[in-house]
Amino acid sequence: MRNEKTTDDIALGIRRRVFEHAMRNNGGYLSQACSAAEQLAWLYNEELNLGAPTLPMIPKPFEGVPHADNPDYHTGAGYNGPFEPEYDRLFIAPAHYALVAYATLIETGRMAAEGLEMFNKDGSSVEMIGAEHSPGMEVHNGTLGIGLSTAAGLAWARKRRGEAGRVWVYMSDGEVQEGQTWEAIQCCAHHRIDNVKAIMDVNKQQCDGAMDSVMEVGDIKTKMENFGAVVVEVDAHNISDMREAAKTKHEGKPLIILANSNPFHAMPILEERFPRLHYVRFKSEEERARMNLSIAEALGVDPIDYAH
Amino acid sequence: MVEMVSRPYERAFEKHALANPDVLCISADLTSSCEIDKFRDNHPDQFLSMGMAEQNMMSFCGGLGLAGYRPFIHTFGVFTYRRPYDQLMASIAYPRRKVRIMGFLPGITTPGGMTHQAIEDISVMRSMPNMTILETGDATEVESICEVADSIDGPVYCRVLRGSMPRLFDTPIVLGQMRELSLGSDVLIVTAGITTEEALRATAALEKAGVSVRHLHLNTIKPCNEQAILDHINSVKGGVITLENHVTEGGIGSLVAEVMADNGVGKKLKRLGLKDTYAHGGSRAYLMRYYGLDALALTQGVEDLLGQELNITEQDLSEARVDAVHSLAKAEGL
Repeated sequence: MRNEKTTDDIALGIRRRVFEHAMRNNGGYLSQACSAAEQLAWLYNEELNLGAPTLPMIPKPFEGVPHADNPDYHTGAGYNGPFEPEYDRLFIAPAHYALVAYATLIETGRMAAEGLEMFNKDGSSVEMIGAEHSPGMEVHNGTLGIGLSTAAGLAWARKRRGEAGRVWVYMSDGEVQEGQTWEAIQCCAHHRIDNVKAIMDVNKQQCDGAMDSVMEVGDIKTKMENFGAVVVEVDAHNISDMREAAKTKHEGKPLIILANSNPFHAMPILEERFPRLHYVRFKSEEERARMNLSIAEALGVDPIDYAH
Repeated sequence: MVEMVSRPYERAFEKHALANPDVLCISADLTSSCEIDKFRDNHPDQFLSMGMAEQNMMSFCGGLGLAGYRPFIHTFGVFTYRRPYDQLMASIAYPRRKVRIMGFLPGITTPGGMTHQAIEDISVMRSMPNMTILETGDATEVESICEVADSIDGPVYCRVLRGSMPRLFDTPIVLGQMRELSLGSDVLIVTAGITTEEALRATAALEKAGVSVRHLHLNTIKPCNEQAILDHINSVKGGVITLENHVTEGGIGSLVAEVMADNGVGKKLKRLGLKDTYAHGGSRAYLMRYYGLDALALTQGVEDLLGQELNITEQDLSEARVDAVHSLAKAEGL
């Protein structure tokens, strides 16, 4: 499953897919592709130990929510391989990164490209805010701050069962404004849960704009260390940085990698939209056309023919 | 004289947990208050302290459930849904994790006042898809709650009594099966939890006054056997009266109202409980009197319902007390 492409190639492929999608749909989670592409590419292509997908390459339509009357219900986690003791599990805590996560599944051969065509279409399981039944999703994480706690519970359980597989969490820095994040870190430290590892996209952005203008969070690294985590800071666009960080010893503590990212990385024209980057909807056809030309050039592709 | 039983949960949980290694004992800093302190001391490797951090606890237990464990969360009921409502919904109820929420101190069974009294928990849980709701009304039901709760394929919220309590029943809870405590033909009384004991006292006095009482005790509040309730409603000439240790919106009074409305039953319904009000701190007996949740309130409600004076006094009811000692039991500390 791995190493057919380089991680850098996968990151570029993720951005190209998200770009194409955003152009065709007059907007999307473009900035998340800028900040997160290397992190998700690195997780899927190098760091995570995952088996082959267990679900069809072309996602099935929405088949109902969990309910006693829906016995065939399943989550989208099968795109990350089977639930076997030796394999890792991944929680994508900010479910708003779903578009980027789906693009990652395609680039790593876990989902067909047709999957992205189903994004945010009525009756589709490929939802805008990743649902539990969406490809690659283990649980509903659309409510921010619950991911690390869930992962901690699963990690504690896996340790108790003697399973070798680790539990990884993809996080976003806005989540540190939620008290639950701090509860989760102190809980991991108290119970010596050290098979949980997280990488956090520190892009310093949130829905309302730059985090410092919405709610200052101070020195995340020091705060997390004080709550009991081992914390390493890396450049989110430097894959060898992430490789090295993941080797950090963290016995008895969770490992959190703070990936300092650029919310315009590889699409510099997006800076025009700062500080409202959470969801970029083009304000005019003129802007859409201009961004199309600029981002296409930056990503080394032809402009998208979105009129058709 | 009714038998009084001390701390039935403590023994019942230990027995169940030791027979089921995938059961985990979860606590949120109220370990002795929820009668699991001996379990913590004797079986530390099956016990997990989550501290005073309910939001994390709920999602953490969702993770435990994902791994196939069946966590029993022990804390006061009110702390399991007010602060961590979002986590309860997203991490436990939605994915149907087999998390067993043992909510102690239901309604006004605590002198702790508003912050400690779960007065709208049933309403909240009834509106939560995938959630099952059980409520205990005596020692026998508390003794059987762990096994019944743990048989459910999904999450369950239980109103659990603690400390000293009467034994009213001699058979365990059967999931989905209400108890038919009397089968008269004038009025239908529907109760759950601690109000059942009150209704038993009232029934004796009502029968003496010539009222034929039909009395149902609900221990499975959701899902509810609506047809059975409907059949009982249709079996009385007069109306229906509910008495609950809960606000009258969204609890068993509403449940009965929905059954009646859905089926076009043209009978009167009187719902007794907390009437759009918070309670304050005090002993259980005081609070039940003050807020009209006791046997006297019920007999007065029946008078209203039937439109006739029954001349039942507090004296008549105290003679009918299930257990004199229990009525004088001191309000327990936290």
